[in-house]
Amino acid sequence: MIAALSQNTVNLAYLVAAVCFVVGIRMLSSPRTARVGNVVSAAGMIVAIVFTLLLESVDRYAFVLAGIAIGATIGAVGARTVRMTAMPQMVALLNGAGGGAAAGVAIAEFDRLTRFGGTPPGETAAAIVTSTVLGGLTLAGSVVAFGKLQELIRGRPIVFPGQQVVNALVFSAAVALAVISAPAGETWLLGLAFVVAAVFGVLFVLPIGGADMPVVIALLNAFSGLGAVGAGFVLDNNALIIGGALVGASGTLLTLLMAKAMNRSVANVLFGAFGQIQTSLGERGEVEGTVRATTPHDVAVQLSYSRKVIIVPGYGMAVAQAQHDIGALADLLAEQGVDVKYAIHPVAGRMPGHMNVLLAEAQVPYSQLYEMERINPEFPQADVALVIGANDVTNPAANTDPASPIYGMPILEVDKAASVVVLKRSMNPGFSGIDNDLYLDPKTTMLFGDARESVLHLITAMKDQ
Amino acid sequence: MDVLLAIELTILVLAAFLGFEVISKVPAMLHTPLMSGANFIHGIVIVGAILVLGKADDTFTRVVGLLALALATANVVGGWFVTDRMLGMFKRRPEPPRKDDA
Amino acid sequence: MSAELITSLTVFVLAAFLGFELIRRVPTLLHTPLMSGTNAISGIVIVGAILVGGAAGATTLEGAVSFVAIVLATINVVGGFLVTDRMLGMFRRRRSENE
Repeated sequence: MIAALSQNTVNLAYLVAAVCFVVGIRMLSSPRTARVGNVVSAAGMIVAIVFTLLLESVDRYAFVLAGIAIGATIGAVGARTVRMTAMPQMVALLNGAGGGAAAGVAIAEFDRLTRFGGTPPGETAAAIVTSTVLGGLTLAGSVVAFGKLQELIRGRPIVFPGQQVVNALVFSAAVALAVISAPAGETWLLGLAFVVAAVFGVLFVLPIGGADMPVVIALLNAFSGLGAVGAGFVLDNNALIIGGALVGASGTLLTLLMAKAMNRSVANVLFGAFGQIQTSLGERGEVEGTVRATTPHDVAVQLSYSRKVIIVPGYGMAVAQAQHDIGALADLLAEQGVDVKYAIHPVAGRMPGHMNVLLAEAQVPYSQLYEMERINPEFPQADVALVIGANDVTNPAANTDPASPIYGMPILEVDKAASVVVLKRSMNPGFSGIDNDLYLDPKTTMLFGDARESVLHLITAMKDQ
Repeated sequence: MDVLLAIELTILVLAAFLGFEVISKVPAMLHTPLMSGANFIHGIVIVGAILVLGKADDTFTRVVGLLALALATANVVGGWFVTDRMLGMFKRRPEPPRKDDA
Repeated sequence: MSAELITSLTVFVLAAFLGFELIRRVPTLLHTPLMSGTNAISGIVIVGAILVGGAAGATTLEGAVSFVAIVLATINVVGGFLVTDRMLGMFRRRRSENE
């Protein structure tokens, strides 16, 4: 041991760390102070780690520092190299790492408590059960979410009969195993509970469709925080409890916000298996009306003679990596005196705020990014609404067709604009599998093709004029 | 340093931040009831007075403890009722009469 | 219920409410950095992993499990803060900034 600080001194250091976290999150509420806030949070974390290492009971430095070195290398390389479009995957994996770590702490502490045939006291056991089960499910669920986002696993909902019952049974088994491990004092039982909880995590996320990923990621975020809280109760450690509670609150709030933005309850998102409804309801006769395809040249002319253009980006923009070219197109328009704004739906993309990050990467100033409530009143004054890879969040059926599965979901009202141009790969329906009547609207024209190539063609056509 | 001190400080700091966040959302219109309402909460010191009185074993402590209890109770009761009375006077604007029903 | 449990519950409830109030102020513009930033904070569980695994006399099993926990938590902390910083560095008010 190097310094041998008392528990009391270290508790005060944890208080400093907690204040750093609170102030750091507070500063995240404005883009101007956010970056400094992130540094403040990181400083709090360093204080917590350093003082823990100096605690008199901590002895095995080589061991601990080796673990930190490995984790820091993986984390730093991942953070430096990840593409902005892959941010949902990255956050999913980070959630999983946090959950797995919480379960690890609970299992190791359980083993220590039962080392000489003892059993943990009831309340500690309850906390151990909580963090082991939450940790296992968060770790495995996050890996599945990663697989779906990375398109290693089919993005569409995977469903089988009796799924709900199987899931409930698996979850109960995980909890039951964890609960009986305490009086038995057997670490392997708790380990088994962790594995079964992981199986539940897989079953839990598999049926959830790609478009619902914002809710899932936010929820797993909350779970990773609550896992840390559980570990905090196991060790009676305030730093874990406070840090975990802040994350738990953040994840919970974002989960509720995302569900609200889809006008669905959280339970419906998690257990409703979006996409199922449409396959039974989907064959609602031939679609009436015709789709008008257009050329880059026509769109370029249309855009340059506009006074106001609202760009509506969606997941298709992320898939095609089109954000930089869209930024360049918007610059060209701005040079010609066109007023350009971006309309951001809260659930556009695959995680909360996904589109904002991509456009920030493309150096679009955030003053041009408008939330749904602020931009919707402006569509009637827009000459062109340029929809790039967004589908369900623009579907007017959400406002007009009570039979539609997305009826009641707040949408970007692009159909109020004087004209609509949709950049789309093909006429395939969106992720939710719902037809979009917007494409049949007489004032809508479609520019088919990869979003990025279409935008590049548009830029060439604009420059040729 | 007392072992409990670090934990008590933690709770104090958390509660102070939370109080700041919560109170900063109260509109100016309600600042007076906010003050009297907060005053009522401050009456929680009644718990301390009861604890001291319960352990009191000499006249001086009893007298001072009783005084503290009386003051704290006045704080609780007075604070709550005056806040309630004030808030009772804040009424929503009555529904404006419909203009053209035609 | 032990005294420690009640104190821990008090701390938890206060922190949870504080978390809700703080997060409600964050605009949707910053929701992704918010997620990755708070994610890094949940890596605080590294403290627990150090306490359990770093104690003298930990068995091989405890050592192995807490070693994995330390690695995972550090990934969470380092990856979370760095990726948040990278993202926030890209948000700019005007196009000319930082170029």
